[in-house]
Amino acid sequence: MNAEEESPRLSTAVSSRDHVQGPADAPVTLLEYGDYECPYCGEAYPIVKELQKRMGSGLRFVFRNFPLGNMHPHATLAAEAAEVVGAQGKFWEMHDTLYEHQSALTEADLARYARGLGISEGTFATELRRPVYADRVREDFTSGVRSGVNGTPTFYVNGVRHNGSYDLDELLRAVGHSGGSPSGSGSPRPRKRSVH
Amino acid sequence: MSRDTPRGPVTRRAHEPAPPASTAAIPPSPPSLLSAGTLAPDFVLPSTPDQRVSLKELRGRPVVLAFYPADWSPVCSDQMGLYNEMLAEFGKYDAEIMGISVDGVWSHAAFARDRKLHFPLLADFQPKGDVSRRYGAYSEPEGESARALFVIDPKGVIRWSYLSPEGINPGANGILMALERLKGGKSSK
Repeated sequence: MNAEEESPRLSTAVSSRDHVQGPADAPVTLLEYGDYECPYCGEAYPIVKELQKRMGSGLRFVFRNFPLGNMHPHATLAAEAAEVVGAQGKFWEMHDTLYEHQSALTEADLARYARGLGISEGTFATELRRPVYADRVREDFTSGVRSGVNGTPTFYVNGVRHNGSYDLDELLRAVGHSGGSPSGSGSPRPRKRSVH
Repeated sequence: MSRDTPRGPVTRRAHEPAPPASTAAIPPSPPSLLSAGTLAPDFVLPSTPDQRVSLKELRGRPVVLAFYPADWSPVCSDQMGLYNEMLAEFGKYDAEIMGISVDGVWSHAAFARDRKLHFPLLADFQPKGDVSRRYGAYSEPEGESARALFVIDPKGVIRWSYLSPEGINPGANGILMALERLKGGKSSK
C-alpha cells in the first residue's frame, strides 16, 4: 500500500493564471477547489469570507474550478461563465454572485449576472461559446484530481490538503489563526467530510 | 452480528462463474488486500437485473475496480460522482471503471439513476461479498466491501491496489498514476 494519498499536495502551484485575493506574500494561502452549484461549497462561501475578514492581509485566497457536472447540471457552465467574466476583470464579483444565487444558474441567469457586471449579453454569449473557457475549467479540474481533490469543496492550506471539516473554527485552526470564534457564535456546523 | 465465515481450506473457485448461491462456500478473506503482481481473480457479477459483467471478458484493456461500502452513503456518493466526471479521462487509457459493493442490483440502479452515473456498478450481493473477499477488500464487522481500488492490466494482472482509510474518499489520482505507468511501461500489448 502506498502513502501517496495520506496528505496530498497541490500538483499545480499557484501562479498568475489563478484567481487570487490577498497579497502574494501573505503567510497563509488558502486554496479552494469548488463547484458553484454544490450546496457544501455554498455553505463554505460565507465561512471563507469571514476567514478573510479576520485574517486580513495575512491570508491569500485562491479559487479553482471543480464542477461535478453530472451531479450539478449547471455547474460547468457557471464555472465557464465566471471565467468569461473573469477575462473582463470581474472574476470575484461573478464568483460571489454565483454563490449568492446558487439556485438560479441557468444560462439566462448567468447572462443577467454578467450584464449586471457591465458585460453585454452579446459579448457574454459569444465569449461563452469559445472553447478557451471550457479548457480552462477542465485544466482546473484536472489539476484538482492530480492534487487529490475528492469532493467539493476541497481546501489546501499552503499547498497541503485540509482533511478536516470547513467550519470556521477548524479552518481558523488550520490556517494557524490563534483566536477562534467566540463560543456560541452560531457558526454553521457543516458536515464533517470524513463521515462514512 | 456478522455471519460466521468458514475459515477452513476452501476449494479455489476463482475462475468459475459465480456458483449458485445457497450452497457456495465463502472463501476466507486473504490476509490483506491483493497486491500488485497478483492475477486478478475472475468473477461474473450482475450490473443490472438482466446483465452480467465478466472480468475475463475485459482482457485486452485496463480495468479499474472501485470497491466501496454502500450506495447512498455520502463519501461513496462523492467518490462515485468524482469517477463519473472522469470517464473521459479514463477513456484516454482505454480503461473501463466499475464500482463494486454488496448492494443489490435494484439499489445500484436507483443510485446510478439518482446520481446520473454512467459506468457499471456491480452487485457483490449473492453470495454476499464473495468477490470483495477474494480481493481482500471486505470488512467483516461492517458486512460491506472495503473502500479499495485496483488497477488491472490488459492481461488481467493487478498492477496497483490501494485500501483507503475508513471514511476517506481516495480520489482518483492514484488510479491515474497507475494507468499512466501502465501505458508508459508496457512492453507489449
